[in-house]
Amino acid sequence: MDLGTLSTAIIVAVGVPVATVLFIVVAERLLGFLPERRRTGVRPWFWLFPGLAFLGVFLVYPTVKTIILSLMDDRSENFVGAENYTTLFGQRGFWQVILNNGLWIVLFTGVVLVLGLIVAVLSDRVRYETLVKSFIFLPLAISFVAAAVIWKFMYAYDPDIGTLNAAVSAVGGEPQTWLTEWPRNTLMIIIVGIWMWVGFAMVILSAGLKGISTELLEAARIDGANEFQVFFRIILPLMMPTITVVGTTIVIIALKTFDLVYVMTAGNYDTEVIANLFYQERFISRDAGTAAAVAVILLVAIVPIMLVNVRRFRSQEAMR
Amino acid sequence: MTQVGLEPDARPDAPPRRSTTSGRQRRFGQLWRFGQRWRFGRLALHLALGVITFIWLLPTVALLVSSFRPSSETGTTGWWTAFQLPFQFTLENYDSVLSQQNMGQSFLNSLLIAIPATVIPIMVAAFAAYAFAWMEFPGRNALFIVVVGLLVVPLQAALIPVLQLTTDVGITGSFLAIWLAHTGFGLPFAIFLLRNFFGALPKEMFEAAYIDGASPTTAFFRLALPLSVPAIASLVIFQFMFVWNDLLVALILLGGTPDVAPMTVTIANLVNSLGQGWHLLTAAAFLSMILPLVVFFALQRYFVRGILGGSVKG
Repeated sequence: MDLGTLSTAIIVAVGVPVATVLFIVVAERLLGFLPERRRTGVRPWFWLFPGLAFLGVFLVYPTVKTIILSLMDDRSENFVGAENYTTLFGQRGFWQVILNNGLWIVLFTGVVLVLGLIVAVLSDRVRYETLVKSFIFLPLAISFVAAAVIWKFMYAYDPDIGTLNAAVSAVGGEPQTWLTEWPRNTLMIIIVGIWMWVGFAMVILSAGLKGISTELLEAARIDGANEFQVFFRIILPLMMPTITVVGTTIVIIALKTFDLVYVMTAGNYDTEVIANLFYQERFISRDAGTAAAVAVILLVAIVPIMLVNVRRFRSQEAMR
Repeated sequence: MTQVGLEPDARPDAPPRRSTTSGRQRRFGQLWRFGQRWRFGRLALHLALGVITFIWLLPTVALLVSSFRPSSETGTTGWWTAFQLPFQFTLENYDSVLSQQNMGQSFLNSLLIAIPATVIPIMVAAFAAYAFAWMEFPGRNALFIVVVGLLVVPLQAALIPVLQLTTDVGITGSFLAIWLAHTGFGLPFAIFLLRNFFGALPKEMFEAAYIDGASPTTAFFRLALPLSVPAIASLVIFQFMFVWNDLLVALILLGGTPDVAPMTVTIANLVNSLGQGWHLLTAAAFLSMILPLVVFFALQRYFVRGILGGSVKG
């Protein structure tokens, strides 16, 4: 173990927070010299400064810079206008990426929501609810990389290694190469995503479900509604806001998916998604301009969700 | 943020009761039919939940079992045959990945990256969040809405210029670069969560403190922070897991150098170099999961809240 690194880590982990606290203490001292009336106006800016500085340097400035870079050439030297975008739009590979992300958005989001809701509703009716939910939620604790290894192992071709092919062989089928043919490979990777994220949808939807008054459901049942009617006519409409919140989150995950594809197929066999294309362009093709253009396209795809979030935040604030 | 945990809320766990005020015979008929459907329904319910849970656990169990099997076994027989006599389990795979495949170093690197990258953003965020929650200043709402917007900005949109920046300063490939970057990337969520939590504390408490002559610093350290321990705990877990499980930022800002690579990067490389070396891959993957799993089982409530609260993070 490199002692130099260790000591740097300790110095930074302790030093930066201490420096921040010192900064505030010194700032408060300086404020003491100001007349009482001015203090309350100036103080917030001192308190905000470290945070805003980090946000500015590591998020706001880089994002603006990326938009500018997307209009420049591969070495970020000359302006080329919209050329990076037109080149991208002219490539078959780009549309494959869009198609794959489309599949991710539709299938991943759809299945995660439906399965999450099913598990939430079903587990609500049994005593061992907590146990079931813990097990379903568990994959969310591990990294995408570990999940990719877990499932590459499940999908291994040799029926004496891969669980899935063992199951296929057991019922008399031929072992399959699950990750080499499109669209099956993309579906198989999406399944891994689903395995990881159903727990997330389940927990939030379950909390929403418990917010529905039992009297209401009882009343419907007494009036002769069967369980399906109760679910589709009462539970589902009442849960729509929660479902939207979970849905937007899952769509963002689908748009940003990277690790699973990177580890499972490295983007080969037509499985590439936007985030992989970004990495590919910047670090394999070494084309900063096109990579930035890809990042901007990803950003543009996320902007509507950003607006939805801001709107939801404003209406929540209005109710406070 | 709503308070959600995996534990169901306490409430009477009574099965749905049906009663009608109409004739006795009809009531009995209904009860009988209901009873039939109920029993069948309960069975189907338990079965469905059992199957789902089984499918969800199977892949992780497969990984765990394989990681303890000798290499000669893993390559030739399925992990499900491991439970036949004679048992053949070994720690050799773990020994091998820790010493020869750089996983020991990577484990330390992951820790060295994740701890400062968790402590720094939370400390920095706390001051800003307190200002947003309890100080008046022009543009407060507009500025906070920017923070809300930044929550979902994808890292990809910032990474190329951040890499340029760290290269210009000469820290690319060092932990400093990744600590600073994770601080920036983690801040919107940390500010958002803490501001909401601070803001929900009773106003009278702060007014009373100020009347008693407390300074904002005192109110912050003696009131706001201690009362926010649950929120901070969730935040710590969320940020720690986010950094611990991150591949993209480490890949880009640290490059491929083995001495600084965290476990995610090392495992991704092992997948390429080992190919079918499942006995080693499974052990390596499980090593990276140990800490998250311990945190998950030990601090489940905070963990779930942290993840859920973080749902809006980009």
